[in-house]
Amino acid sequence: MADPMKIRATLQGDVADVRVLMAHPMETGQRKQAGKAVPLHFIQSITAQLNGKTVFSADISQAISRNPVFAFKVKGAKAGDKIVITWKDNNGETRTDETTVRAGL
Amino acid sequence: MRQALVLGFVAAFAAGPWPQAAAQTEDPVAAEFDKFREVLEQDNPAELWEVKGEQLWKTPRGPKNASLEKCDLGLGPGVVKGAYAQMPRYFADVDRVMDAEARIVHCMITLQGFTYAELAKAPFSSETRTPDPVSITTYVAAQSAGVKLAPSQNHPKEKAAYAAGKEIFFYRAGAFDFSCASCHGVDGQRIRTQPLPNFTKPEQAIRSVQGWPGYRMTGGVMHTLQWRLNDCYRQQRFPEPGYASDTLSALLTYITVNASGQVYKGPGIKR
Repeated sequence: MADPMKIRATLQGDVADVRVLMAHPMETGQRKQAGKAVPLHFIQSITAQLNGKTVFSADISQAISRNPVFAFKVKGAKAGDKIVITWKDNNGETRTDETTVRAGL
Repeated sequence: MRQALVLGFVAAFAAGPWPQAAAQTEDPVAAEFDKFREVLEQDNPAELWEVKGEQLWKTPRGPKNASLEKCDLGLGPGVVKGAYAQMPRYFADVDRVMDAEARIVHCMITLQGFTYAELAKAPFSSETRTPDPVSITTYVAAQSAGVKLAPSQNHPKEKAAYAAGKEIFFYRAGAFDFSCASCHGVDGQRIRTQPLPNFTKPEQAIRSVQGWPGYRMTGGVMHTLQWRLNDCYRQQRFPEPGYASDTLSALLTYITVNASGQVYKGPGIKR
């Protein structure tokens, strides 16, 4: 199973600053090891939900780096709201992690 | 030319994201690099191994199906917070001085029933595999972020480890007649753009501890100080020291005690 993500969601006013780190090899399919191409293996889609409602989604390519980080802002969030983030890769593997929005400074 | 190349690798030990480095060199180029590192530190992938290490620490595993929550890192069984900043230290149960990773390996053997042979077989991270002790060490280290380094020097064995570490640090040998001190025992040394800290001085010795365990952007792998010191040996063309051996614990004692009293920032990021 895929390794866990690390998600941070901090409130600044009514905007939540969400930062998520994902553990993924993100193979481009271009790299070779011992003469053989390492097969394409990358995250294809990401979705983020705030209390069950999708607030952010993205289709990404193999151009994104290994162990990528994504940051986005969600308007109208409150402390204690639940953020759920899911990624799915081209091998059909998927991982979902969640966190609660914390009050900022 | 070859020698210059070797120096370059030894210098990697010095790579660290600390503002005092800029203050100390007052080099505008170094200052820019420090800014760059600061930005990267905000989203350090090392946190991924922190999360993984925490799971490994808490999950019952190994032949004995036990978790590591009874592992004594020096502050009592299961106490992780602040423990990393006080290691290497003397452990009465084994009558030895151990650094953090050596102690974790010890716990995995005694509590979980793993064998040293299987843990030491391939102890360092690659692009496709991170050994469990590396993840666990990253987790443990992260629980000491913001804590002052305070490795104890009260026990005679701790003093002996410091003395042994010092001896090893200055010991010249190998095909290049190198010692750790050849690069890291003099002020103001530099390899290309890389300033070399002098580990014999407290204000610079911190740079050997800070930022480790570290996420290396080249290849995207997580490494600990065990790996770093092993690599120093390899680049000096020394025989490689044993994984989690007394040799490395002694060397780490010497370096960490020199950096004593300064604040450890937790796992770092490397170029």
